[in-house]
Amino acid sequence: MRALWGLAGVVGALTCSMVAAAGIKDGEKRSGFDFMTRETQALQADDMANPGMLWVLQGEQLWHQAEGKAEIACAGCHGEASQTMRGVAARYPAYDEATGRPTDLVGRINSCRAARQEAEPLAPESDALLALTTYVAHQSRGMPIPPATDARLAPFRDNGRRLFQSRIGQLDLSCASCHHTNWGKRLGGSVIPQAHPNGYPLYRLEWQGVGSLQRRLRNCMVGVRAEPFAFGAPELVELELYLMEQAQGLPIETPAVRP
Amino acid sequence: MNGSRPNHGLFLPVGRRQLLAAGIAGLMVVSLPRQVLARPSLQEAIRTFTGGADAQDGRVRLELPPLVENGNAVGITVNAESPMTADNHVRRIGIFNEKNPEANVIVFHLGPRSGRAQVSTRIRLATSQVVVAVAEMSDGSFWSSRASAIVTLAACIEDLS
Amino acid sequence: MTARALVNVPKAVKQGEVVEIKAMIAHPMETGYRVGPNGTNIPRDIIRRFACSYGGEEVFWADLYPAVSANPFIAFTLVASTSGTIAFTWTDDAGETQTASAEITVS
Repeated sequence: MRALWGLAGVVGALTCSMVAAAGIKDGEKRSGFDFMTRETQALQADDMANPGMLWVLQGEQLWHQAEGKAEIACAGCHGEASQTMRGVAARYPAYDEATGRPTDLVGRINSCRAARQEAEPLAPESDALLALTTYVAHQSRGMPIPPATDARLAPFRDNGRRLFQSRIGQLDLSCASCHHTNWGKRLGGSVIPQAHPNGYPLYRLEWQGVGSLQRRLRNCMVGVRAEPFAFGAPELVELELYLMEQAQGLPIETPAVRP
Repeated sequence: MNGSRPNHGLFLPVGRRQLLAAGIAGLMVVSLPRQVLARPSLQEAIRTFTGGADAQDGRVRLELPPLVENGNAVGITVNAESPMTADNHVRRIGIFNEKNPEANVIVFHLGPRSGRAQVSTRIRLATSQVVVAVAEMSDGSFWSSRASAIVTLAACIEDLS
Repeated sequence: MTARALVNVPKAVKQGEVVEIKAMIAHPMETGYRVGPNGTNIPRDIIRRFACSYGGEEVFWADLYPAVSANPFIAFTLVASTSGTIAFTWTDDAGETQTASAEITVS
């Protein structure tokens, strides 16, 4: 309940100061890492203390484990992830020829399971899916998010931008109301970051575990009292596409730690 | 979590005030005996650890961040002054809290093979409070150190209950 | 059962050196004080004991309570005496144990 009042209290301020959301200027772009306390930063920086590394470890095991009717492991096709998966997370979501739409890493892993391994899809936010996704994304750690070049993704990214700027929910806030117009200020006890996706999947102290970007996006939607999109919904992938463009140049941090 | 909670519950033939009263009574019955009455105080928990002996201030350093972003994982380090030899070492280091549902946090067992009396872990703090570390020396004496942390609450938490 | 755990032990050290050991295991450390979505209490499920043995002798251990964070992390020190195995055991409320180990070379 305290959270609810805290949030409701700033609605007035946010609506007054809202102007057309212009996005974040290049020189002001900052990872969520920069907004954390020294202690939480240290937790992320030490691989022997970062609890997200437990998911990387599990993902590595799953990568080499044969699955499905085809009895083939991810490694059976893709070999050593440290080479074949390096940089992949930095350029996802990517265009999927089969569906003619963008797909995120989770979508790619599950379509690979269906088509190559002949296995059941892994459930959203299951430990196995998070572990595999974290392991794959971890291979890109330290690599900057490259500029968007695939023209086929443009309309989907535009839709993501539109969603980011649309007011939703009982509190009538858009993502931009907080993360463009008011980043750096405080909401309750915590600093409002710029909503960059470069650390996901990440270990959130609040969750006491690793979670996906989609879980975080749904969180925010519940936060403004809106009905969240379902896991895997096209809108969430489009939002992710827009967030990746906005975060261009920031390094992948997976597994990041956030409060 | 599901935003589409039905509204008709408000129009049941029971007044809202009665519902509220019933709710509060229910809360008292369920949570009081377990979380408030059953918990020993910080001092009681420490006396149980020391077997009734007094813990003196000093010889122990407790490092705890004064401002905590999330109480689910608070890094804590305890150092005790000791040569850690066979006849002069730290036997145990206990950590205790003031306001969690249980006073005990963790008890470390050390010996001369530890080399140094230094331990670290991550703990949960339900709210802003005092944390105490107590070291038991091989001569049977107890030494302690206390620190307090302010735990801030995030606005955009997942569970809105 | 082999643990989903990360342990950090220096590989090669000098005899008599005090080395730092870190151990972390995947575990929810469910306190027993949380209420699930259906309104009933989520039952307690924690790691109750952590132990470290060096060359077969238990040299460090800890009793854990629900106030230890999920995915418990413990760091401590040991005197490097002889080359051998440093073994870790985590025991939960049900008495189930998980283990991990690392080799240390002492010169």
